[in-house]
Amino acid sequence: MSVPVHEFTVEVPRWAPYVTPVALEDATPEQLDALQITPSNKKVSAYVLTLAHDPESLKVRSPLFNAIMYGKGGLSSAERELGAVGASIVNRCVYCAAVHASRFNQLTKRTDVIEAIFADGVDAELEEHQQAIFDFAVRLSRTPSEATPTDIAALRDLGLSKLEILDLILSASIFGWANRLMHTLGEPVRD
Amino acid sequence: MSGTNLIESLAGLKAGSQLADAVSERSGIMEMSQASHDAVLLPREPGGLSHAERAALAVRMARWNGDSGLAAHYRELLGQAGETSVLAAVASGAALEVLDADARLIAITRHVDILTKTVKDATRADIEALKAAGLAEPDIVRLAELAAFVNYQVRVIAGLRLLEEVL
Repeated sequence: MSVPVHEFTVEVPRWAPYVTPVALEDATPEQLDALQITPSNKKVSAYVLTLAHDPESLKVRSPLFNAIMYGKGGLSSAERELGAVGASIVNRCVYCAAVHASRFNQLTKRTDVIEAIFADGVDAELEEHQQAIFDFAVRLSRTPSEATPTDIAALRDLGLSKLEILDLILSASIFGWANRLMHTLGEPVRD
Repeated sequence: MSGTNLIESLAGLKAGSQLADAVSERSGIMEMSQASHDAVLLPREPGGLSHAERAALAVRMARWNGDSGLAAHYRELLGQAGETSVLAAVASGAALEVLDADARLIAITRHVDILTKTVKDATRADIEALKAAGLAEPDIVRLAELAAFVNYQVRVIAGLRLLEEVL
């Protein structure tokens, strides 16, 4: 018996889809290609099998996501994760927040930043540097965006380069995408 | 849809500017964003969501995000795909109560509004409502990808415009 997880957590739950995932044995060649199934790689999550219903977008989104989150240079990995967490808090994607908050904790070897964010959400009070990054991601994630030139200027004043700010825009924005899949097509559960 | 990059042109990036230089370091991301646009707006296999419906919903989402330039782009796609009066109403942002559409299109439009404006409140019941309105499961995933992509794209454009303004 599995139970839905409604509160933010760093213990990554299981993701359970609301729609029936594609069964690997029934997948079309195009779906297998988008899933990147090869004889040596047959491991694939329920999430990716769900997205395989639309192989054209899955095939382009996976490399886009990886380029934004793990591309070389620019913003540090931890700060990209913080951008992802900011979006996931606004959109209340508990699963996305768990994955990316725990990565932030691993990368920074601290837990206080995420604890503050999980306790107070968008109103969390953080150190100056993380505050500017988190607040920008939160404001950009609203509909319509509430980010302002002042938010960008705050990032500049803290010494972020234009490439680093661009990477923050991209990491918060790609979670505007990921949250809308993960939070709406299924839910986090504990078994 | 090749040649121009929509995000760069709508963000008003000027060739040779400081920001254009930074964006060129992320040119692969810009190209993949454009390919994603084509995959969700103009897919080879649209399933149960026509190109015209996708374009009309994209206009509506761009509108909720306050981006008239992006809305104009999608209105152009809607014109190319074949605008009908009901899709024009969807695109115009008409309230669901006054939308003279069948139950399927109303359910789709309602879902796109949730995914754009109040995604945090989405629940299993919203997916059940789409199924009850006759949407096949692959089309539910296609619809989510469409809404998710447009909401990604509009934020990249908004962020780039701000960055251009401040630099």
